[in-house]
Amino acid sequence: MLSRRIIPCLDVRDGRVVKGVRFRDHMDMGDITDLALRYRDAGADELVFYDITASPEGRSADCTWVERIARVLDIPFCVAGGIRSVEDARTLLHAGADKVSINTPALERPALISELAAAFGVQCVVVGIDSLQEGDGQWRVRTHTGSPDAMRAPNKRTLDWVVEVQQLGAGEIVLNCMGSDGVRAGYDIEQLRAVRALCTVPLVASGGAGAVAHFTKVFRDADVDGALAASVFHSGAIAIPELKRALHAQNIQIRL
Amino acid sequence: MKLALIDAGGANLGSVRYALERLGVTPTLVRTAEELQGAERVILPGVGAAEEGMRRLHAQGLVEALRGLQVPLLGICLGMQLLFESSEEGGVACLGLLSGCVRKLQGSAELRVPHMGWNGLDLLQPSPLLEGINAEAQAYFVHSYAAPVTEECIAACTHGERFAAMVQCGRVAGAQFHPERSAAVGARVLENFLAWNPA
Repeated sequence: MLSRRIIPCLDVRDGRVVKGVRFRDHMDMGDITDLALRYRDAGADELVFYDITASPEGRSADCTWVERIARVLDIPFCVAGGIRSVEDARTLLHAGADKVSINTPALERPALISELAAAFGVQCVVVGIDSLQEGDGQWRVRTHTGSPDAMRAPNKRTLDWVVEVQQLGAGEIVLNCMGSDGVRAGYDIEQLRAVRALCTVPLVASGGAGAVAHFTKVFRDADVDGALAASVFHSGAIAIPELKRALHAQNIQIRL
Repeated sequence: MKLALIDAGGANLGSVRYALERLGVTPTLVRTAEELQGAERVILPGVGAAEEGMRRLHAQGLVEALRGLQVPLLGICLGMQLLFESSEEGGVACLGLLSGCVRKLQGSAELRVPHMGWNGLDLLQPSPLLEGINAEAQAYFVHSYAAPVTEECIAACTHGERFAAMVQCGRVAGAQFHPERSAAVGARVLENFLAWNPA
């Protein structure tokens, strides 16, 4: 039986891992390779690296640190940040990334999803969706979220976009629930359930993890395939081996 | 040891190379039948689609070379699927080194396709390739198509349906999962392949 995945997310800026609250006020968390190895040793199932300033700066993620990670890491990892073309993706995949995740560029030019799926197969293509609930109760996507000044709202409903990206060839969706990101009050179960109902490819929850119980709840109640978190892992508030033992004790399928 | 790593355009070439380097072996990247000569062991990695994979092997003159290979061969992921007779993906004829046809995973509301993530290995037959791999072992899978469980299957996996996770027949072996991304379990499988001396 397929295990649920625990996925630490490392936001990268200038070759260092950083973390912000609600996508703002980033602080230094340490060296990329050190953290990658620490998480591998702790039993992380997969890692995601977001080059958070790539998109706002109009460039693709930096492949020099991707290659550095690929040499030492023996678990899968995904790279995100400013990937705008098949060539951008090829550079990162050839540097050793297993998957690429696209967000802003997919909204700017949805055909990019199909182009990547055709070139590398859907299993390499992750679509990240930054989503926020608005005054009318609808969830809508945000772009350029790496930097608060550049953030935009293209007036697209998250649920519509979830359907569209799958038709175009997304092999996995990472839903970043911005309203709960960084505040450690739990994943946005309501939104994740709504997306899960429309999502036939693997779905990864992101934003809000603060306690072991939040992971149990998101796997049980939102039936997500993976749960992504950053600050609780970086700070040591949750240790992955203990988290996994706790999930296992709750009969959630996990890799120990 | 001269280990040939076939470059058929698969995007995971780098990860496989690094995994071998971590085990102390520097593979030679091979693109043609000529370059394959003298290889003591061959790995056929692969990420992508069967049709494109076979088209490249044909274009590089590697189809007959792989069929006539006299040394151990390991196919990984798509590389393993190409060892079979044909694939439903693009309706393409494959290398035919193993009997059976690769089919699309059916999936369902609870069973997402691609099958992506860590899943258990169901060990079916003793094999030198499974040395040191225990019954609780999990490996990392990413695929939408799968090979059937036949007599040549040494480990199976279940994602709704059962399919071949590892195969072995004579000098030919395959892993549907990614050993290069399966932590200690994957490293052990690669190590076993490097030490494997099929009769």
